Amino acid sequence: MSAVSEAVTSSGARTREAIVRRFALTDTIFRTATRLSAILVLVLLGGVAISLITGSWQALSKFGFSFLTTESWNPVTENFGALAPIYGTIVTSAIAILIAVPIGIGIAVFLTELCPRPLRRPIGIAVELLAGIPSIIYGIWGLFVFAPFLQTTVQPFVIWLFHGIPGLNGLFAGPPYGIGMLTSSLILAIMVLPFITSITKDVFDTVPSVLKESAYGIGCTTWEVTRRVVIPYTRVGIMGGVMLGLGRALGETMAVTFVIGNAHRISASLFAPGTTISATIANEFTEADGELYTSSLVALGLILFIITFIILAIARYMLLRIDSKAGA
Amino acid sequence: MRHFIRSAVVAIAMAAASTISISAAMAADISGAGATFPYPIYAKWADAYKKETGIGLNYQSIGSGGGIKQIKAKTVTFGASDAPLKGEDLDSIGLAQFPMVMGGIVPVVNLEGVKPGELVLDGPVLADIFVGKITNWNDEAIKKLNPDVKLPDQAIAVVHRSDGSGTTFNFSYYLADVSADWKSKVGVNTALEWPVGIGAKGNEGVANNVAQTGGAIGYVEYAYAKQNKLIYTDLINKDGKKVEPTAAAFSAAAANADWSSKPGYGVILANQAGAESWPMTSATWILVYKKPDDTAATGEALKFFAWSYGKGDEMAAGLDYVPMPDAVVKSVEEMWAKDIVDSNGKPIYSGM
Repeated sequence: MSAVSEAVTSSGARTREAIVRRFALTDTIFRTATRLSAILVLVLLGGVAISLITGSWQALSKFGFSFLTTESWNPVTENFGALAPIYGTIVTSAIAILIAVPIGIGIAVFLTELCPRPLRRPIGIAVELLAGIPSIIYGIWGLFVFAPFLQTTVQPFVIWLFHGIPGLNGLFAGPPYGIGMLTSSLILAIMVLPFITSITKDVFDTVPSVLKESAYGIGCTTWEVTRRVVIPYTRVGIMGGVMLGLGRALGETMAVTFVIGNAHRISASLFAPGTTISATIANEFTEADGELYTSSLVALGLILFIITFIILAIARYMLLRIDSKAGA
Repeated sequence: MRHFIRSAVVAIAMAAASTISISAAMAADISGAGATFPYPIYAKWADAYKKETGIGLNYQSIGSGGGIKQIKAKTVTFGASDAPLKGEDLDSIGLAQFPMVMGGIVPVVNLEGVKPGELVLDGPVLADIFVGKITNWNDEAIKKLNPDVKLPDQAIAVVHRSDGSGTTFNFSYYLADVSADWKSKVGVNTALEWPVGIGAKGNEGVANNVAQTGGAIGYVEYAYAKQNKLIYTDLINKDGKKVEPTAAAFSAAAANADWSSKPGYGVILANQAGAESWPMTSATWILVYKKPDDTAATGEALKFFAWSYGKGDEMAAGLDYVPMPDAVVKSVEEMWAKDIVDSNGKPIYSGM
């Protein structure tokens, strides 16, 4: 009798052991698989960086540091400099952010603080739908609708308005082409608006109601609550959203290519055509004959990679800070 | 569940088999890549050729520079370029080059109240506009050529190609020929450092931007100007005569050319003499290997080109391209029989 029960328990222990071993095995496989996936991302990132560096080596070793400071981009004499595309990339993105941030914050304040409940969802969805429009659509719309409108109405008026005012007349000098730096900045502003709005809305939701209610309680107006309580509390998070938007604006290619004018020049006027790094690559890569030409385009890609990397790192850092703050 | 898995496996196997058979069918097609300028006529020829022989053409119009890259990498059977390769380049890579068809480049403008062919420009004025010396439509130099046209006080918006292009090569070749200023400041290439203006991708891009921008001037291949109903201008040619961009004017320019003067028939037809000649005429070339690895594919491609030379003239004319003169075709086919050979030195092409 006892022998039988002993046999049963020992066989039970054996099955248990087998099951545990199997569990351990599946767990190990699972852990290795996830780890490999994570490593794969790092390998890809490293691979992209290495291929960009090797691809651009010829241009960088020939032009050296002057690649960053030369405006000329001359395929005839094979003398290439990245200053005009870098300038165009930074200026269009900066103007886009300048326009999109106040509007984005405005929408977020309205949606979280003031909006009647039935309107909240439709407006929120509409803003998020803006993010879903493919960039080529923005490009076509910009070229066929927006640019002719700017050329015939807005630009002549602005040129006339600032005519003879030192500084401003240079910034808004003609001729009105319709497409140019300002047009692409405006298109970019529309494109980054949903990013800034939705992140700002999310961080506004993290403001404790008790803070806002106490402020209202001591007689603050809505403006004062927003200005003195909500925005200071979420400042870092807003900055993170702005940086993410900036990252998108810096790398945007198709819409910008349509409306920026693709001219390798730096002009004081915002109405003048210019170019960005990604637009230059998209335009010229297929047709770049000559190794130095191709290498210079890859070097442009490397510069954009570094700029975007820095911007995104700053964004991540800032979002991290607000997360730990909200957690605490 | 098991049943489902089995049927899924069968379905996948069948799909794989069918893709394999599709790609086997694709292998019989002629593959080529290159210039966008002749794409409309190549597509039309290919369509008619397929109906007659069952052999299709897979032509990617990725641009002349791309075509040269692809043929160098041997990913296609033939490359197509609007800018001819130099004799020494052809020899070092082992390529044969021959012209396929010709066409014209026309200046197009967007001026209110100006109809197609109403405006006349000449080479030096065109060069001055594109170099940024003439910036307004009521400039004296333009007025002098057009005493009867009411020219507006409007800034000139120059539109050029933003990508490398054989059309740009031929256009800048002409401007350099007529303007020393252009030659020294800008030069001749498929891509340039443009002193003024806005860049647009492809013939379509330039056509669209000119149509969208008031006061614009650009240059496109004639077929694009025609399809988009753009306002083209007339030009004054080398003999000082005013000419309209027509197929007759393009072929007049070609008739005066000495095709055997350059290796690989690399004659650029810009600014040819002759009272009827359109000054911005250009040919487009085909590149194939003289000793191809895949002789069957090259043989099929040459058959297609021979067929196009022989039967494609009317289709070309319908799209405002100019077919090659018969004497040139004869010389090209003799060159094929002599130069394009398999590994035993036997000619690949042996007549239709």
